[in-house]
Amino acid sequence: MTALSIRPQEVEANRDSVFKPEVIDEKYKMIAENVTVTYGGIPAIKNVSMKFKERTVTALIGPSGCGKTTFLRCLNRMHDMIKSAKVVGKVTIDGIDLYSKDIDPIYHRRKVGMVFQKPNPFPTMSIYDNVTAGLRLNGVRDRKILDEIVEDSLKMAYLWDEVKNDLKKPALELSGGQQQRVCIARALAIQPEVLLMDEPASALDPIATQKIEETITELKKEFTIIIVTHNMQQAVRVSDYTGFMYLGDLIEFRETKKLFTDPKNELTAKYVQGQFG
Amino acid sequence: MTSTQKRLEYRMMFKQNVEKRLLVDKIVRIIVFSCVIIAIIPLGSILAEIFKNGTAAISYEFLTATPGAIGTGEGGIGPAIQGTLIIIGMSSLIGIPIGVLSGVFLSEFGENRLAQIVRFFNDVFMEFPSIVLGIFAFLIIVLVLGHFSIWAGAFALSLIMFPIIARTTEESLKMVPMTYREAGLSLGLRRWVITMRIVLASAKSGLITGILLSVARIGGETAPLIMTILGSSQFFHSFDAPMDALPLRIWRLSLLPYDSAQLQGWGSAMVLIIIILAINIGVRYFFLRKRGSGMFSRLIRQKILGGKR
Repeated sequence: MTALSIRPQEVEANRDSVFKPEVIDEKYKMIAENVTVTYGGIPAIKNVSMKFKERTVTALIGPSGCGKTTFLRCLNRMHDMIKSAKVVGKVTIDGIDLYSKDIDPIYHRRKVGMVFQKPNPFPTMSIYDNVTAGLRLNGVRDRKILDEIVEDSLKMAYLWDEVKNDLKKPALELSGGQQQRVCIARALAIQPEVLLMDEPASALDPIATQKIEETITELKKEFTIIIVTHNMQQAVRVSDYTGFMYLGDLIEFRETKKLFTDPKNELTAKYVQGQFG
Repeated sequence: MTSTQKRLEYRMMFKQNVEKRLLVDKIVRIIVFSCVIIAIIPLGSILAEIFKNGTAAISYEFLTATPGAIGTGEGGIGPAIQGTLIIIGMSSLIGIPIGVLSGVFLSEFGENRLAQIVRFFNDVFMEFPSIVLGIFAFLIIVLVLGHFSIWAGAFALSLIMFPIIARTTEESLKMVPMTYREAGLSLGLRRWVITMRIVLASAKSGLITGILLSVARIGGETAPLIMTILGSSQFFHSFDAPMDALPLRIWRLSLLPYDSAQLQGWGSAMVLIIIILAINIGVRYFFLRKRGSGMFSRLIRQKILGGKR
């Protein structure tokens, strides 16, 4: 059977027959246990364990090169494409181990949307085709469904009003901020349950950043969001929980307010006060 | 940190030799321009010579008739034009899919031992003298079937074609940023869907350039055709029979000691160049217009449709 002929319902049915869920912890959507990633033998993150509650925003902060992005990519098995990268540990989503051998990561990636640091809309496609790419290329053909999802996703990404009249325009003709929101809409269109965002606002101006933060706050009602950010104010503004990483270690992981007002670890305190980083 | 004093010294240093740098700039510019001109002169003079000598040969009869009796200057190159188009088409049908798919393999799944070996032989293949490939086709098709045929010619030319296409496809796919593939993965797409629908589409212009290069290359090949389709003075009647082609016809005509034959040779060369040029422009226009980067599509968008798509 080819990927193109699989419908979402079949994916759902398939998932139950193939994967045997272990004990499901109702409270947590995703759990990472002792995750270590090495690039060609050199560890990038060491024994990171985190739990992500359903319908919350978790921010990952830390200086450049501390492994935030590396960790985020583990939650989606994005390291599969990189030959030198090796992931050890356990990542579960709804109690199913993402790295177990008999699991096809494709079904999981359909549950987990991802927004990248730089806007990367597909260069040959229009706005409409970009947003629907995940659905169309997975075999959804019904024009009505697609139209509805495009409108819905673009509204969620706060882009609908700006582009509703030229959805057929090449996505690359949009501004950087608009392109990033196309990418957010594209990630939302596959109806994910978890949304991973890798510094989604790093290339954006303050207004677009604000819009994306509004989007995140709005999306929290339905999704579990994990966001990597360099901007501590942003972490304070949007997140419920914050993890501070340093040199590949998770130093502190608590509720955002507590982490910023009453950090337990000396390093965290120094970092959030802006003494290094 | 550099001290303020040092910084001032550095600044002076950068300001000192401005004139010398401008002079170097000028010299380099002159060298570059002269190289371009040196490269263009032979190309331009070949084209000018062919068009100067060839135009006189062109007539309706020349383009459509079968060759006349040797030395009379009658008849034309109809079968040769037909044969060239057929043989380019057939070789493309074999060579393009194989070439593109090997290129995809080398670029997308090419980090293993097998791919390294394939890449090495592909490169060796690309450097093969075409006559060797002609002899190869002669041995395994012509000798086995017992006669010359279009099949054998198309086979030999596709052997020339696919290493070129494989290499250019690989290179242009590698130019597609990893982040598009990752975006595809994050949407839960399968590798082959990503490769076919996203990566290949993004690399379209490089792919087409490679294909056109290889078409131009085989369009002018003569040696393998002598070994495979032989030449003929009749129009197409079967894939299983000898056929004429423009390079073959040019070769034969240029060997004849008659002025009329020489004239027809020039004419044939001109026709061949025009065909290759037409294929190039036509394919580029047809496949790349949607991206709106081509001259024609820009004109169409701006002038004719008044800015609307």
